[in-house]
Amino acid sequence: MADSNFKRFVEVGRVVLLKSGPSAGNIAVITEIIDHNRAIIDGPTTSVPRQSYPYKHLTLTPLRVAKLPRGARSGAVKKFIEKESIVERWNQSAWAKKRAAISKRRSLNDFGRFQILVAKKQRRDLVRKIVAKESKA
Amino acid sequence: MARSKELVPGIGRLSRSQVFAKRGLFKGQKKSTAPASEAKPETIEKTIGGEKNGGKRLIPTVKAPRFYPAEDVSKPKKSRKSPKAPSLRPSITPGTILILLAGRYRGKRVVFLKQLTSGLLLVTGPYKVNGVPLRRVNQAYVIATSTMVDISELKLDAKFDDSYFAKPSTKSSSSAEEEFFEDGKPKAKQPIAESKAADQKAVDSALLASIKKTENLSKYLKASWGLSKGQFAHQLVF
Repeated sequence: MADSNFKRFVEVGRVVLLKSGPSAGNIAVITEIIDHNRAIIDGPTTSVPRQSYPYKHLTLTPLRVAKLPRGARSGAVKKFIEKESIVERWNQSAWAKKRAAISKRRSLNDFGRFQILVAKKQRRDLVRKIVAKESKA
Repeated sequence: MARSKELVPGIGRLSRSQVFAKRGLFKGQKKSTAPASEAKPETIEKTIGGEKNGGKRLIPTVKAPRFYPAEDVSKPKKSRKSPKAPSLRPSITPGTILILLAGRYRGKRVVFLKQLTSGLLLVTGPYKVNGVPLRRVNQAYVIATSTMVDISELKLDAKFDDSYFAKPSTKSSSSAEEEFFEDGKPKAKQPIAESKAADQKAVDSALLASIKKTENLSKYLKASWGLSKGQFAHQLVF
């Protein structure tokens, strides 16, 4: 097989981010490919029940559970996910951190937004002062 | 008389205000007191000729109508409904910080104190922080935030009711000129009554103490609220 330029594939063991539905925002693992529209996904550690899911409503992540057998059931999937510490690796990723930051921002109330505004101003001021000092020297 | 000759059907040569000026009806708008009409007596006594007619008779000055309406005219029913003060939104509790959306202080963040009997909300800036005095506002023109100021220390006087804020009723001056000008110059500003200024200070002193306890809260109240690009009020959490 010729090398592909693509890095993420729809394959058994691929970690996916759900975009829609009741478990939207959680990650899960593809355990079986049904057809070119749907796959069976499972996320026993992220409270995603085993179910068929359209590719339209999920995003492929760079993470992959290596050597996950095809059609593995929840118990086995859980073991593999924990062994490879998929959830921790996902939470460490810049993508997940960005998502967490955005949802944190959205949940802030008016006073919280104001406090961020103040903090950003202070940071700007600090940076400006240091840059001015360094550029002079 | 048609002063505004029609250019085309429906459109006159002169504008509405030009016609008004031409007609000059305003010149005749002078107030005059109607001459006091003497109250006529209901009946008058008349001497009646003829021996058997009793000599004199009381005759009503206004003749009673000869005909009465055959059918009763139904009177419109009097409404027994009276307006009730609107109930307070559950998100507004004493001490809640509100964002004013209309009026002189729109965009300001203020502290809610209590609801008055008329249903209006009693708020204060506090005056020292953002210049908003003790004031009544309609809750429809307010966003309630989830931020609270502890006002348990505040003993709110019972005198802060709707009548406290009512304007003193003054006889309208005969001309607008007199109302705003004095010797050809704009009238000097009336200073605010000292008792009101003292009331403001008394209310604010307790508030300021509790506002100080939270960092940035004073700055927050001082700053105005607004929407920036890409922000939509219905998507924000307050």
